[in-house]
Amino acid sequence: MTRRNRRVLTNRIVLTVSGMAAGVGLIMLTWILGDVAIRGASAINWAFFTELPAPPGMKGGGLANDIVGTFLLTLTATLLSVPFGVMAGTWLSEFGRDHPLGHLIRYLSDILVSAPSIVIGVFVYLVMVRPMGHFSGWAGAVSLAIIMLPVVSRTTEEMLKLVPHELREAALALGSPYWKIMPYVIYRAAAAGMMTGIMLAVARVAGETAPLLFTAMNSPYWMESMNEPMANLTVTLFNYAMSPYDDWQQLAWGAAFLITMAVLVTTIITRLVLHKRSRH
Amino acid sequence: MNTAKNKAWGDAAFKGVTLFFALGILVLFAAIVANLWHESLPSIHKFGFSFLTSSAWNPVKDDFGALIPIGGTLISTFLAMLIAVPVSIGVALFLAELAPAWMKAPFGVAIELLAAIPSIVYGMWGLFVLSPIMADHVQPWLSAHFGFLPFFTGPSMGIGMLTAGLVLALMILPFIASVTRDVFLMVPQNLKEAAYGMGCTTWEVVRDVMIPYGKKGIAGAVFLGMGRALGETMAITFVIGNAYHLSWSLFAPGNSIASTLANEFTEADSDVYLSSLVELGLVLFLITFIVLGLAQLWLRKGNPGGGQ
Repeated sequence: MTRRNRRVLTNRIVLTVSGMAAGVGLIMLTWILGDVAIRGASAINWAFFTELPAPPGMKGGGLANDIVGTFLLTLTATLLSVPFGVMAGTWLSEFGRDHPLGHLIRYLSDILVSAPSIVIGVFVYLVMVRPMGHFSGWAGAVSLAIIMLPVVSRTTEEMLKLVPHELREAALALGSPYWKIMPYVIYRAAAAGMMTGIMLAVARVAGETAPLLFTAMNSPYWMESMNEPMANLTVTLFNYAMSPYDDWQQLAWGAAFLITMAVLVTTIITRLVLHKRSRH
Repeated sequence: MNTAKNKAWGDAAFKGVTLFFALGILVLFAAIVANLWHESLPSIHKFGFSFLTSSAWNPVKDDFGALIPIGGTLISTFLAMLIAVPVSIGVALFLAELAPAWMKAPFGVAIELLAAIPSIVYGMWGLFVLSPIMADHVQPWLSAHFGFLPFFTGPSMGIGMLTAGLVLALMILPFIASVTRDVFLMVPQNLKEAAYGMGCTTWEVVRDVMIPYGKKGIAGAVFLGMGRALGETMAITFVIGNAYHLSWSLFAPGNSIASTLANEFTEADSDVYLSSLVELGLVLFLITFIVLGLAQLWLRKGNPGGGQ
């Protein structure tokens, strides 16, 4: 009886401690989100979306150029990395499943997914920014694309692997060549899952700062081309938050709110819409 | 016959093109390592092995050593792991097994969403919200009660190694928790039911069935979190203080490899300076490579049934 009591007691204690850990974790994280929402929302107004940054000390101003910049950088990075990643993922799933080279590429991709993004920034600085002689939006987009690439290729691979073999066999039995089966049968079957992976990768790089510091850098002006230093939300957030000016710090909170909302909304919508569709 | 030939040709081309892009990942990885190594050479030649053990960082005299940034990276990561690992395993257990059914799904999604928040947001929050609290309440309390330890001495400035470790812990917590939860969820239901059927309490099922079954996976999740923490830039740069000195006190400002790169890379005005910074990046890349490599190894072995 006492032994039983002791076991029940231990169980209760562990349940409580674990529940408390979950509670503390969630409280801290809600606290962060709450602060960002409260301080950020008060910084957001019409000018935030339409005006250029004001000089230090001046009231008002907005981050319109940064919003456009981040959007373009993310879009370009997506356009660069998605075809590359989908093709690589296709090889990994269709031809390299048990190939030693496949194992190696898979392993290195998984490491690259979590590799320090600032080192990617250093790499792109050395191979693009320094030879070109100036910071540029292209360099920023390339460094974001490098970060997206392994995510896209690995999710493509996993999603293609989920497509049943019978589907490939049925199409092959009809006499269609493999290169036709992929777009017309397999990619279609895996489309929702692949889109989920791509959107989650987009959400991730949209909030990246470190690789942009020495590639796209930043600019207080409207961009004229991708071939020059390019305004973007995250680097501006960094510079403004570290600045001594109250107005700039306010704008930084606004930027934090906007980025967080964009990332969360993208993630939630992707999960709700695509996840549901992939079940059908 | 002709169509058959076409088909074979088309398939070979398709295979070739996909292989080309797959090899692209390999080439990219090799290019990163080779390039960082090549650009580090001036610094490697000048300082040799003592680069790793020297605590000098003097841009004026072109004298650089990596000891302080490497130390700062390791200390802040260690602090973060110390806090985040127990809490996130608790969170994962709660989400996978202990929570009532109606709580599991929304809490699970919440944790995954938190893992998606950009790290710069954590860093900024650390600077504006956490640092003042640390300076006014936490650090004075720590030095009043534990001031006999060398870790909790010195002025309470708010920013410094301790705050950096805390922010880092908050950032990797949801990440480790959600991977660990997935590991726990992979424990076969019949194993757990068998244990419950023998009269085990929930804790006994966790201790004797779920943890032993998932221990490689848990180690993988922890190392994955550690890899993230080691290379994290934005969560740390705001609050670590950016100072080049070693101190036993966790209140003192310090530096990590990533924060050094973030702050100084665009300011490097001499070749040796730039090369030293690149070498720091290389060191960081190699450390995380080892940690993440181990993580992947364990996550794979910890999941005998699945492909990942």
